[in-house]
Amino acid sequence: MTDTREALMVARTSDGRTVRRPLSPHLQVYRPQITSVMSILHRITGVALSFGTLLLVWFLVAAVESDAAYARVAWFIGSPVGYLLMFGWSVALWYHFCNGIRHIFWDFGMGLELVHVHASGKAVLVATAVLTVGTWIVFAMAQ
Amino acid sequence: MTEKSASPAIMRSMLGRARGLGSARSGLHHWWGQRLTAFALVPLVLWFIYSAIRLSGMKRGDVINWAVDPVVGTLLVALVLALFHHMRLGLQVVIEDYIHDERPRLVWLLVMNGVTGLLGLAALVAVIKLAI
Repeated sequence: MTDTREALMVARTSDGRTVRRPLSPHLQVYRPQITSVMSILHRITGVALSFGTLLLVWFLVAAVESDAAYARVAWFIGSPVGYLLMFGWSVALWYHFCNGIRHIFWDFGMGLELVHVHASGKAVLVATAVLTVGTWIVFAMAQ
Repeated sequence: MTEKSASPAIMRSMLGRARGLGSARSGLHHWWGQRLTAFALVPLVLWFIYSAIRLSGMKRGDVINWAVDPVVGTLLVALVLALFHHMRLGLQVVIEDYIHDERPRLVWLLVMNGVTGLLGLAALVAVIKLAI
């Protein structure tokens, strides 16, 4: 016994044997489900979008600063890496946007039945795909 | 025996006794802030995506001409305020959930607050300078 808290892990069965108490299963033993995966994706996209604001701040500050600074940020956004970031950003933003609306409905106590949670989850995934593709089609047509 | 000798414990209201005993002390405020900014961001983000597409490939002068419009300036300020507040609240929860040890957690929270605060202010200053 290395830790006094270990004492809490030892117990007796009804026939008197001492046994180690079983631990409740950790997160990784569960089969991924649409509910759990979409929940963690909401966090991951939120954190990713936070990093994405660096580009937004860079753009705004450069627009204030000078033509040269603006040319640099415009070059970066137009580069292959920039396009890749913008694409990732658009997916993350639409996902967080749609799933966030799902959360707002839950906050009003709506759609909390499991069948509805599954259905709205699928709807969010479809909407994310459609809106992302739609955004880039509109972008391509605007050029 | 007079009224004055009544126990001070009895003099405290039920609200006074319960106040401040929540685990996070200000959880409701945090929860509301997150929801209100989420609400605000629904239309603001739609407008932002529309604007980002319109602005793509534009020269600096065009961007300034766009941002100098009072309506655009107001929406940009609203977007920056709601966005960075929402982001700060969200990152705070992520740090609180995954960093269990007291000291590194406090350090991460301080760093996160400092960085998001400065980034938000930088965006705000830029947006206001563009507008005037």
